Amino acid sequence: MGTVTMNTPSSIDFQDPQDTVTCASPRLQIRNVNLQFSTPGGGSFTALGDVSLDVPDQQFAVIVGPSGCGKSSLLYLTAGLNEPTGGEIRVGGARITSPGADRGMVFQGYTLFPWLTVRQNIEFGLKRRNMPAAQRREVVDHYLAEVNLLGFADNFPKQLSGGMMQRVAIARALANDPQILLMDEPFGALDSQTRHQMQRLLLRVWEHSKKTVVFVTHDIDEAILLGDRVFVMGAKPGRIRKVLDIPLERPRHVGVEMEPEFIALKREILDLLHDEIGDEPDNE
Amino acid sequence: MSEMQKLFTRCLTPKTELPRMLVLYAGALSWLLMFGGWCALSYGELVPTMFLPSPLDVLQAGIRLFKDGTLVNHVLASVEVVVIGFVVSSAIAVPLGLLMGSFRIVQAVMDPPVNFIRYLPVTSFVPLFILWIGIGLEQRIAVIIFGVFFQQLVMISDVSRSVGKDLINASYTLGCSRRDVLLHVLGPASLPGVLDTLRVTIGWAWTYLVVAEMVAASSGLGYISLKAMRGLQVDVIFLAIAVIGLLGLLTDQLFRLLRLKVCAWAQ
Repeated sequence: MGTVTMNTPSSIDFQDPQDTVTCASPRLQIRNVNLQFSTPGGGSFTALGDVSLDVPDQQFAVIVGPSGCGKSSLLYLTAGLNEPTGGEIRVGGARITSPGADRGMVFQGYTLFPWLTVRQNIEFGLKRRNMPAAQRREVVDHYLAEVNLLGFADNFPKQLSGGMMQRVAIARALANDPQILLMDEPFGALDSQTRHQMQRLLLRVWEHSKKTVVFVTHDIDEAILLGDRVFVMGAKPGRIRKVLDIPLERPRHVGVEMEPEFIALKREILDLLHDEIGDEPDNE
Repeated sequence: MSEMQKLFTRCLTPKTELPRMLVLYAGALSWLLMFGGWCALSYGELVPTMFLPSPLDVLQAGIRLFKDGTLVNHVLASVEVVVIGFVVSSAIAVPLGLLMGSFRIVQAVMDPPVNFIRYLPVTSFVPLFILWIGIGLEQRIAVIIFGVFFQQLVMISDVSRSVGKDLINASYTLGCSRRDVLLHVLGPASLPGVLDTLRVTIGWAWTYLVVAEMVAASSGLGYISLKAMRGLQVDVIFLAIAVIGLLGLLTDQLFRLLRLKVCAWAQ
């Protein structure tokens, strides 16, 4: 942990999660976003170069790209945890200037509060906005059931497996009823079997809630399996290289990964990412 | 025999857990060796009684001083100094240390003086404190505070600095204000580390107590051991050391239990 990090919010004003949205405008609009860092040598590094994308309401959008392409940075900017050097991001029509409860986030690392039980973790955001206890209980019970953790309400995070902790993190973010759910490689630290189970669980939870989701991953299968639309990013500078719609029918059935359509999409994305490595021999 | 050999190998393997009984026996053995050595040296008259009293001598000195009431008075006097000094120091060092670890600007202001002062030897300030504060209770308390405060500050600021950035980011996305982050995230997340720091530093407070009481005091365990030295009552010196050791052990265990109770989630 460094003492100074780049993603320190400049001001923390709670944004009303019930911001009004005009039906026509997309839930998330990213317009010409740039992100530059000054390097120790006095130069500057462009992490994101002029990125624009839209995510309509209730869409499951996935951003896939090689490491270092700035896909996580884009998510942090959307969360308001970091400020873009240029451009603007709007969620529900409101310009993002700081983090807020209207944009829930699930991180790659485990970010449960270890001193709180599973129930207390999930109701953390609800307490911050003074929701009455009875209503909190109802909301928490609903999401505990959604992520199959009803029997673990009173356990502490250290008593849970990695997959269970991420399920709590998903429930905690959704319980806050955000306008949009941001997920930063949430299953990246899990073993492959647990990851498959988590993908299935997320698909089911999403079918129920129909939240607008932006999901960042480097796993192509995961991107196609989960997404309505996949943004393929390239690095140096970080940019959107291609937008692919995923026409696979919902709900995605077990074994969809074996279908020719799925495999064709996978090949297309692989080729794009392969190019990326090909024309950037010094890419990490 | 091969069981014994296996156990022996495990004893010599780094980071290997051993049977609980073996661990207990090993701990008991070290006490026994220490006590046995003491008995051998004193009862065997290898060291003159004038320099090394026997365990029985120390026990008798304890009973004698307990009966005439002086032991209790001196213990209470010492406890008073340590408790007041430690509480005052902690009451300022804990919040200030948490702020230092959480706000870069507080750290920037505090770091240079703190890092300078904490290496100054406490003992060298005793004459100054006597000059400034006199030789009363306040002077002894000042020595404890000076000995403990700056160390606590540095250790506690490290505790709050080590709280993960992800945890704080997550709380912002759950709707926390900056104030909420301090009260509901940094505070509770730092609690186990704060209690660990208090547990370690109260041991140092007992160490500085003797320094404080040896120079200018008319009561306390440091005072009676200095007085006993002049009267060649080596049994009383041993008694004072043993009592300080026991009191230190007691406060240490209190903080250990407090941490177990309050921070069960961090065990």
